[in-house]
Amino acid sequence: MCLGVPGRVVSVEGNKATVDFWGVRRQVLLDVVDEPVAVGDYVLNHVGYAIRRIPEDEIQETLELFEQLLAHQSPDDLMATGVRAEIAGTGAGDDAGS
Amino acid sequence: MPGPEPGAAFRQLKFRDPVRAAAMAHAIRRITAEIGRPAVTIMHVCGSHEQAIAKFGLRSAFPRALNVIMGPGCPVCITDPPEVDEGVVLARQGVHVATYGDMLRVPGTTMSLADAQADGAKVHVVYSADQAVDLARQVDEPVVFFATGFETTAVATAAVALRGVPPNFSILCAHKYIPPAMEVVAGIPGTRVEGFVAAGHAATITGWGVFEPFVERHGLPVVVAGFEPLDILASVVRLLELIRDRTPRVANMYPRCVTKEGNRRAQEQLWRVFEPADGGWRGIARVPGGNLRIRDTYSPLDARRRFAIDRSTLPSPPERGLETSCICGAIMSGLNSPVDCVLFGGACTPDHPVGACMVSSEGTCRIWHEYGGHPDLGGLT
Repeated sequence: MCLGVPGRVVSVEGNKATVDFWGVRRQVLLDVVDEPVAVGDYVLNHVGYAIRRIPEDEIQETLELFEQLLAHQSPDDLMATGVRAEIAGTGAGDDAGS
Repeated sequence: MPGPEPGAAFRQLKFRDPVRAAAMAHAIRRITAEIGRPAVTIMHVCGSHEQAIAKFGLRSAFPRALNVIMGPGCPVCITDPPEVDEGVVLARQGVHVATYGDMLRVPGTTMSLADAQADGAKVHVVYSADQAVDLARQVDEPVVFFATGFETTAVATAAVALRGVPPNFSILCAHKYIPPAMEVVAGIPGTRVEGFVAAGHAATITGWGVFEPFVERHGLPVVVAGFEPLDILASVVRLLELIRDRTPRVANMYPRCVTKEGNRRAQEQLWRVFEPADGGWRGIARVPGGNLRIRDTYSPLDARRRFAIDRSTLPSPPERGLETSCICGAIMSGLNSPVDCVLFGGACTPDHPVGACMVSSEGTCRIWHEYGGHPDLGGLT
């Protein structure tokens, strides 16, 4: 529940954006993000809400942790599982879906 | 197109910059030595920080004199048993109860939501508050969203409340607010905590300025940290410098996501729907201002005001067994570590958890168990 996940905005319709998370596209709500969000921006997503537009020159650094988690970790790794669940929108933590 | 494509930044290395990591590990050892005491203890308050510390083996870079411990940073773990009971009572009354997945197996006084579900109650796992609202649109019966978590999930609950919900939807609010819990931990007589690492994404909402009154009151430094191993190492270096120099202040080591003011729009929504209230944190204490309560203006959305929730309808608690030995509260208060618990890894495992800290993927015991039982080559034991 603590770790948000960054993704790239593909389209914006009103208070909803379609966001690409490493190939997974999902809707993210823009109700609480405090800056205008446009196509191509990166946002930090948390339980379905964008909580921050990531400044452009800091995107790369922000993505790296997540790429490492997604690329290299065993499927039962706690941290990677949490990130994958956040990306898939299936629920926080490993008990989701049960 | 601004920004790189996801995938482009990939690095094979465990640390994206091993030279910097080694330099920071060296700085940590040097500054700890300069402080010159047999033990220096710092506390972080975030399950994701503990996951990163354990997973990347950061404690192996810390000197024996440095203890980095996890405080009340698992929102699932600190949800109070009577709050779980309220969700269980509603579910047993036939109300649809929707909640985050990690909450299912967290024990109440007599049972968990998973137990109620096994008995036929309608308990649903949702990813977001929004999905709970969607559920309410699909059914005629009442739907209660059992809302747990810190600032980051509380803003999502607030946004849902403000956007408008179907009449059969209400909220059983068990949201907690971290800064007051840091006050409680700092005030524990004999506490060994000399500084705090604050969670980056909660601070994205609140801003780092929220910690300034705390620093002033307690004379303890606070460093806001991100979740990369390098972010965490850099934050530990900064915190140790502030301890060594006796210059308590707030330092923001996660500026790419955290500003001094935080997310004003999110705060405005949060405090429009919620107000601070005193509340129990499992195993720790009653925390003044540590709970979020739905304001009177939004009382029609408050499940506690909509339903008579009678906890006496629950079966009597089972004979107290193993849980009398559980020390989750002392662990979350920073007084003990999981390896001090006689149950840890034996009678208490992820498959058969006794305490909440072993249930949640953000709980200290669960994380330590997952990453080798004792992800700590430094101090603590």
